Amino acid sequence: MNAQLQPTGSAYFIAKETEKPETHTLSVLVDNEPGVLARVIGLFSGRGYNIESLTVSETEHEKHLSRITIVTRGTPHVLEQIKHQLERIVPVHRVVDLTVRSHELGQDRPLERELALVKVAGTGEGRVEALRLADAFRASVIDANTEHFIFEITGKGSKIDQFIAIMKPLGLVEICRTGVAAMNRGPQGM
Amino acid sequence: MSSGQNERREMTGAEMVVQALKDNGVKHVFGYPGGAVLPIYDEIFQQDEVEHILVRHEQGAGHAAEGYARSTGKAGVMLVTSGPGATNAVTPLQDALMDSIPLVCLTGQVPTSLIGSDAFQECDTIGITRPCTKHNWLVKDVNELAAIIHEAFHVATTGRPGPVVVDIPKDVQFAKGIYVPPQTAPRTSYQPKVQGDLEKIKAAVELMANAKRPILYTGGGVINSGPEASHLLRELVDLTGFPITSTLMGLGAYPASGKNWMGMLGMHGTYEANMAMHDCDVMVCIGARFDDRITGRLTAFSPNSKKIHIDIDPSSINKNVHTDVPIIGDVGRVLEDLVRLWRATAKADKKALHPWWEQIAKWRARDSLAYKMNHDVIMPQYAVQRLYALTKDMDTYITTEVGQHQMWAAQHYHFEKPNRWMTSGGLGTMGYGLPAALGVQIAHPDALVIDIAGDASVQMTMQEMSAAVQHEAPIKIFILNNQYMGMVRQWQQLLHGNRLSHSYTEAMPDFVKLAEAYGGHGIRCEKPDELDDAIKEMISVKKPVIFDCRVATLANCFPMIPSGKAHNEILLPDEATDEAVANAIDAKGRELV
Repeated sequence: MNAQLQPTGSAYFIAKETEKPETHTLSVLVDNEPGVLARVIGLFSGRGYNIESLTVSETEHEKHLSRITIVTRGTPHVLEQIKHQLERIVPVHRVVDLTVRSHELGQDRPLERELALVKVAGTGEGRVEALRLADAFRASVIDANTEHFIFEITGKGSKIDQFIAIMKPLGLVEICRTGVAAMNRGPQGM
Repeated sequence: MSSGQNERREMTGAEMVVQALKDNGVKHVFGYPGGAVLPIYDEIFQQDEVEHILVRHEQGAGHAAEGYARSTGKAGVMLVTSGPGATNAVTPLQDALMDSIPLVCLTGQVPTSLIGSDAFQECDTIGITRPCTKHNWLVKDVNELAAIIHEAFHVATTGRPGPVVVDIPKDVQFAKGIYVPPQTAPRTSYQPKVQGDLEKIKAAVELMANAKRPILYTGGGVINSGPEASHLLRELVDLTGFPITSTLMGLGAYPASGKNWMGMLGMHGTYEANMAMHDCDVMVCIGARFDDRITGRLTAFSPNSKKIHIDIDPSSINKNVHTDVPIIGDVGRVLEDLVRLWRATAKADKKALHPWWEQIAKWRARDSLAYKMNHDVIMPQYAVQRLYALTKDMDTYITTEVGQHQMWAAQHYHFEKPNRWMTSGGLGTMGYGLPAALGVQIAHPDALVIDIAGDASVQMTMQEMSAAVQHEAPIKIFILNNQYMGMVRQWQQLLHGNRLSHSYTEAMPDFVKLAEAYGGHGIRCEKPDELDDAIKEMISVKKPVIFDCRVATLANCFPMIPSGKAHNEILLPDEATDEAVANAIDAKGRELV
């Protein structure tokens, strides 16, 4: 009846964490004004929350609204706190835990996509192999000369992880990833 | 609103600041001038609707504005310059954030063209104050200045109140633009929920009606909600017959003379309040936040109770303690519904509470605030008790610093009304009380304003005595002088083998001479039988007084729930032998704050 919840990051409560941490994706709709991103990430660092991925861009130009997508990890209790703490920030309009929402909709998880640019340098057999694998992953070549390719690949984070791992022995030079963009399936908005 | 005719008109940014203060009903501003706010000070000089109170340090301005806010229910306003002016404001900002005090801080900033160039007295005020404010703004366009100041007042005073900063570059203060009067339409993303969910309130009434061992646990939220909330709380107690306790911040919402009052709860709360919290079956938390100083060890906190939590801030719900019935809304509004529904549906079966009250009476009989009276040395508890006895029938406001004296004041000074008790609860800011008393006195010029102080704390902001003398604010600084940082020493005795590392102040100023040096009045008292006359003298002097009350040097503050212990493991004064104290806290507890 009185299951006590354990706050994190406080020396006062050293009791063991009994809840299991989960990874959730949050969508945060904010006024696009100076400092708003600093408020959001300052909240995460100040209260000891995790950020695994962060994506932000203005999505409704005429209303100056930006959508921030944050992948974070914590126990259900901490995740609830994160949502409420985000909602306290004055320029924050809405916070939706897409993972919770997807469960409510009877789905496993929200739709999540990430884009990566992957530069691979090499000649000969490795180069052919890289191109063949890129094709299998449906990555497209957006820049190339005789000694390198830049691949553009879109997909779930795990797919991109896999692609990068495969490219490593084939002359991987550099990687740039956008972070996760996410929304729930179905006709409703956030 | 002072000027109804303030149609949109052109003025300088500095003029706008003063006009916006007037339009938001501001009568007093606490501040300190400097290069980056000179244009605003020039405007303040040329009018007399807004009175400026010159402090001696920006921290003092902040705490004075907090005291002003807490004793009036209105926003406190401070005005400081860029750079060091702004960084000195950080402590009061964080203090106001943790205690939910509406504080509007206007800071000067270097001209926009110099921002980022490491200019003289430049600092990233917005960056520095972001985590210690509810919201903050850097004004880059004079045409946005008026609207931003109005919004700042709105954000500071509505929802869960808190501090805000408006950072105004000097060129914006000089620039001309269009002034707009305060608007009623707030921004769309900021709409605090004030009305509680009626279904939840019904569920609360049902739980409460069937409770056998209920308790009301109230906090600063009741006071922040306004006098009507305190009134409704008293009505609720009368209707239900429930026992009531309060946090440090909530003292005065329910009168200490009320028959259902159990005294303060928490680390230095009464035995009856803490035991009742532990053993209750229904807990109604009203405008409090289950702070660690209240709950003790969370896993042992009130293990068999259903918990109802009324709070305006959704993030307070389930933060530390799981709540069975969360009600999000303004305490006043929720209590209004709660009282109405109780009247309509619940029959108060006060007989059913008899066994509970009998149990409480047994706990109360332990007389947990008792201490050994001494006829040669003034006991600090005795000093507070005499102060209370001699001032309770006057129009009195009490502020405190932080430490043992603060807890003794909370235990032995009894409050009948809200807004009469100003103390730094969440942040625990030593040096809060003296400037806060100045702020209270400015708001209530004819009242008796007393800072119950410690000898260590009071020296952190002693310079504001000079401000009190300048502004003819006859504040009384009642120092419980034991020559130690008493609470630090108490913890060293409990936790660190009685090794009193740097908690003894070897060079203490002569407080009487110090008072006189500032142009105030000094009193020293060392004997219990001289105390009453000395306090009467303090009250009768119509200028700032420093009262050096020499108290027993080694008295400690009990009862005490040691860190990491449960409410029912509270240490009582008569049980606190050296051995009990030595064994009170195990190695694990030692890591705790």
